Amino acid sequence: MKILVLIKQVPDTEAQIKIDPSGKAIDESGIKFVLNPYDEFGVEEAVRIKEKNPDSTVTAVTIGPERSKEAMRSALAMGADTGIKIWDDSLAGADAGVKAALLAAAAGTLEYDIIFCGKQAIDDDQGAVGGAISRLLSVPFVSNVVKVDISGGKCILQREVEGASEIVECGMPCIISAQKGLNEPRYPSLINIMKAKKKEIKEMTPAGLGVSDLASKTELVGMEPPPSRPPGRIIEGEPAQAAVELVRILREEIKVF
Amino acid sequence: MDFSLSADHKEFQEWIRGFASRDLDPGISEADRNCRFDKKILARMGELGILGHCLPEKYNGGGLDYISLGLASEELEYTDTAYREILSVHIALFCLPLLSWGTDELKNSYLPKCAAGEKIGCFGLTEPDAGSDVVGIQSHARREGGHYILNGQKMWISLADVADYFIVFAWTDLEKKKARDHSGMSAFLLERCDPGISTGSIHGKLGVRAGNTGWVSMDDVKIPADRLVGNEGEGFKIAMFGIDQGRYTVAAGSAGLIRACLDSSVKYAKERHTFKVPTGRHQLVKQMIAGMVESYEITRLLYLKAGWMKNEGLRCTLETSIAKRFACEAAEKSASNAVQIHGAYGFSDEYPVERHFRNCKAAQIYEGAREIHTIIQADYALGLREDKPLRRNLPPWPFER
Repeated sequence: MKILVLIKQVPDTEAQIKIDPSGKAIDESGIKFVLNPYDEFGVEEAVRIKEKNPDSTVTAVTIGPERSKEAMRSALAMGADTGIKIWDDSLAGADAGVKAALLAAAAGTLEYDIIFCGKQAIDDDQGAVGGAISRLLSVPFVSNVVKVDISGGKCILQREVEGASEIVECGMPCIISAQKGLNEPRYPSLINIMKAKKKEIKEMTPAGLGVSDLASKTELVGMEPPPSRPPGRIIEGEPAQAAVELVRILREEIKVF
Repeated sequence: MDFSLSADHKEFQEWIRGFASRDLDPGISEADRNCRFDKKILARMGELGILGHCLPEKYNGGGLDYISLGLASEELEYTDTAYREILSVHIALFCLPLLSWGTDELKNSYLPKCAAGEKIGCFGLTEPDAGSDVVGIQSHARREGGHYILNGQKMWISLADVADYFIVFAWTDLEKKKARDHSGMSAFLLERCDPGISTGSIHGKLGVRAGNTGWVSMDDVKIPADRLVGNEGEGFKIAMFGIDQGRYTVAAGSAGLIRACLDSSVKYAKERHTFKVPTGRHQLVKQMIAGMVESYEITRLLYLKAGWMKNEGLRCTLETSIAKRFACEAAEKSASNAVQIHGAYGFSDEYPVERHFRNCKAAQIYEGAREIHTIIQADYALGLREDKPLRRNLPPWPFER
């Protein structure tokens, strides 16, 4: 089985995000970048399928600058066989549509039975790429998947919906977006980290992929930090008096009831 | 002079910390409270490659350097002393002496399994009545044809109850034993399955309660003569060599303990208010925090220097002794002050600092008691002690392939 996993390098969940003076990007200085956690579920699932089907290959594909090789190394250390990194500087700020076009073009140069991606990247939270590629490649897309079973050349997929879980059967090739709960991603061993350093990361450009329309169809107008939380109010006085005052504030000022 | 860690070191450090925060941090409070050593942790460390990270690749190790051993020790003791002790015992006290002094046959048959963590090694020198006074040990081994027969008791042996292999020290020349001449002592490699070996755990320890400490009893243990490590009469040198490696990990581990005390104290001093300000605004609290900052930085520089010397193939008994003594004293002071900063809460196991305070005492006693290191350092300065050439040394890094 040939499996592709789409991955993205994102700021660590614990990073303190500051906005760049341009107002249209984050300030990357001092930020630690990691492999997008939802993509980790995709890598793990792909590697597990490979372990059950030893003739399988897992190729990780990413779009990103030089630093994104670190996320690629993480995927390779988890067990992906090779990596493809697509970039040129014109891609800074490219929207999901452009990225989907590039990833679909890269997939078009390869054979694949399943393409895994995370349900969303935790930086821009768009969750758009999987669906967009599905359209471009004309292959089925199943999102928010928490269980994958493969039998008889078909995928039996469990996905989470409001208050229930849905079982979807779909043929291959297909695109599956990974939701939390799909698996517990492994912590790579030292030897696999060493081996990952020797695995190939093939670098490609939009031109090399034959994608010339790199114009984003959406425009990032600006970024703002979330409004800072207003300071708390302390109600002074004896408890009985303070309680009366609290009820008054809730009723008359905040109007919760 | 370059004081920076390499990209590989930083990556390794982050990886070890990641392991500790995922696999060790969540369970340590309970493990310590219940005095429980979890064998699964050894298996996990083995499968990840931590138990052989700084052994040569030709013995199945990760091929990393000795600075990495120090970094790993620091990161594991940041969580708890018990986990750093695993590296001290299995790698520093067992594998490194075997790597340096063992025959090719011994190395080939024992090191790969140890590097993979399939087998665990420990170190049996101390006895019920002899610790710092090494020539006071009573264990002895007699040669009978192609075998040695060992008898004796070992005490305060870390990992005694879980180890598969033991490097033990015993007198092979009883005349020299009487004369307290250490050249009558030899080193042997024992296996748990050797008839006559029994082990047990020691309970009621002040600290390191999540670690395994025990005794080893040898009752007519018969082993093939080729399990002699080094030559007959080299046991004392091998013991000192092993302890030199162990001390390095103790010093590096103490840096982790100090950093854990510092981090917890800084966090608490920002959150806790007294006299209407965070306690970190009080000068006397600042003084204790400043002491921890200095202690951490000095300890780190001292152990990294020793690690660098090991990589270069330089003898560093004195430098390791300085690092170990300073680190353990600084750790005790830092842990005590960390409890102080946490006030009454520091006295309870709601915060980790009381555990660090109980743990740090052990390192002032083992791997050369504080007083032994004081004497070592003075004796070097006074010309009463000097390094004599050894027949075998730690292989420099990078290792030969």
